[in-house]
Amino acid sequence: MRTDARRRRRGAALTAALLLAALAGAGASAAKEESAEQPKEGADWQSWHVNNDAADLASVQRGARNFVSHCLGCHSLKYERWSRLGADLNIPPTLLQQALLPPGDKATEYIQTSMPAADAADWFGKTPPDLSLMARARGPDYLYQMLKTFYVDPTRQTGANNLRLPTIAMPDVLSPLAGLKRAVFRDEINAAGAHEQVFDHFEQLAPGSMSAAEYDGFVRDTVNFLDYVSEPTQTARRALGVWVVLFLLAFTWLAWLVKREYWKDVH
Amino acid sequence: MAVKTATGAPAELPRGSAPAKKGFRAWLNKRLPVDEFVSTQLTGYYAPKNFNIWYFFGSLAMVVLVLQLVTGIFLTMFYKPGEATSFDSVEFIMREVNYGWLIRYLHSTGASAFFIVVYLHMFRAFLYGSYRAPRELLWLVGMAVYLALMAEAFMGYVLPWGNMSFWGAQVIVNLFGTIPGIGPGLVEWIRGDYGIADATLNRFFSLHVVALPLALLLLVLLHLVALRQTGSNNPDGIEIKARLGADGKPLDGIPFHPYYTVKDVVGIGVFFVLFAIVVFFVPTLGGLFLEAPNFDPANPLSTPAEISPVWYFTPYYAILRAVPNQRFGALLMLLAVVSFLFVPWLDRSPVKSMRYRGWISRTALALFVIAFIVLGFLGKRPPEGLYVVLARIFTVVYFAFFWLMPFYTRIDRVKPVPERVVYHAH
Repeated sequence: MRTDARRRRRGAALTAALLLAALAGAGASAAKEESAEQPKEGADWQSWHVNNDAADLASVQRGARNFVSHCLGCHSLKYERWSRLGADLNIPPTLLQQALLPPGDKATEYIQTSMPAADAADWFGKTPPDLSLMARARGPDYLYQMLKTFYVDPTRQTGANNLRLPTIAMPDVLSPLAGLKRAVFRDEINAAGAHEQVFDHFEQLAPGSMSAAEYDGFVRDTVNFLDYVSEPTQTARRALGVWVVLFLLAFTWLAWLVKREYWKDVH
Repeated sequence: MAVKTATGAPAELPRGSAPAKKGFRAWLNKRLPVDEFVSTQLTGYYAPKNFNIWYFFGSLAMVVLVLQLVTGIFLTMFYKPGEATSFDSVEFIMREVNYGWLIRYLHSTGASAFFIVVYLHMFRAFLYGSYRAPRELLWLVGMAVYLALMAEAFMGYVLPWGNMSFWGAQVIVNLFGTIPGIGPGLVEWIRGDYGIADATLNRFFSLHVVALPLALLLLVLLHLVALRQTGSNNPDGIEIKARLGADGKPLDGIPFHPYYTVKDVVGIGVFFVLFAIVVFFVPTLGGLFLEAPNFDPANPLSTPAEISPVWYFTPYYAILRAVPNQRFGALLMLLAVVSFLFVPWLDRSPVKSMRYRGWISRTALALFVIAFIVLGFLGKRPPEGLYVVLARIFTVVYFAFFWLMPFYTRIDRVKPVPERVVYHAH
């Protein structure tokens, strides 16, 4: 039963990848007919900050839902157990079982994708990385910018490219939500005197199921969840820290009083 | 007969020195010189009364050493050295061991804190001439502690087996390859393999948890013994033993216990407040104490964009990269560390303390501190353009501080040194 589920999911992922590639190609041809009259969307993408808060439980919960429905097909969180996720995110075991756990997985197991690594490497050119520590290794802003700067690029095998991570191996799997964008580049002469293609702005080719604001919230929640996963103890750490620092301040004050008393003798 | 201290205050006989005639104390002291130790090393050990804020960092270094040993013991219970296990076991500690994250952050922050207090401790020696006769050996043993600490920190940094661990080890170990003749063979011998690999990781673990801590403890003990022999220097650079009272105690001295024990506890308190703020609120300190690329597992096929050591090594790393020739660069880097050893003999000033030295010595020390900090900053930047120029300028400043010292300290105009220490009661 488990292998069946695996095979089904594997098939689904492959279909999705192919479908996306086709969609991207169609989008690219449609782009030619559109005029660029929109404001310079995305021109400042390098200064986008996610400003997430891992203590915002509702946001982390939504992020967990997003992750399970959109990321887990390819990416694992191999250092996080389902039960830990449930406990930290205040998700009751029954709900965890019904809503998040893949069929056949136990709550005590680590969060693993069912996509076989070898097949994934075949399909995408590289195995999709584990995301447990991605928010610490790259930073939440990096993930936020990456998830928001996919664009249609017919020269890529997946039909998609990315500003944050150029020649990204990952297909634009979130395009059903965000819609399809085209990146408009302008020609610039760089310091070495050579022509260079510099990103100018995005053009929306096709709408997704979400508005721009909704998709932004979706990405923020997802990144916030990944931030939580990268260090599940961080909220406990900060909460404990307040008391430790207060104790140490009181201790130091008392120690100073003792010192002052002793040093009265020294002239 | 009423005993008076040097300060004129009636001395309470410290409890430790009261002769015990019977009971457990007497039984114990017949067999182990506990009371004698306390009275010679603590209550009867006289330290100058004019210590200022710079004198906290010696005891703080001891505290951090203990902290590292204790947290290290707990980390070793869960850490599993090995190419396939190291990274996972560190994440296991961070996530699944009860308060494992706290133990690990205490240890990783402790490593940086160790260098902070040691650098400030060394700066104190420069400020008040604490390395001068009769404390040359005290200084040399201290430098041995510093060298052992560098080795300990470097090997500890490799253990989590993150990508920066791997590539940092690659760069540092390869430096030994620049030694003419034996270099390549030596590098292979250090690694135990043709590359940084499982064998390297396991021997670094062994050295990090057994050999180097033992060496550190022994050297710190020697450092303290040498300190007890000569007594502490002080901000005025005066030998307090030169002026004894009627009781044979230094006029400007006070018993280490209780005066400096209670004072050091305040310093320890302030230190731990700052330390706790880092541990609980910014444990990576923006990538300075724990670097972001080290949250990626070691990958021999993927070099980080910029390989740089942790901040406490970056001044030397900048010196290494300031030189176009790798062999000469490595030599200069070695010389940068070794230069410290000669300071007791390079300094020819008639006075010890910066308080009574002229503007030349003061400027030289200020420039050295600036050079050390700027080089530390440059060690974290890519070696290109202006950064290289700056690194070269400040490398020259760095070495000029040491090797021109015999000249500038002799021509510097000094002020008369008072006979007694300057102390203002609070």
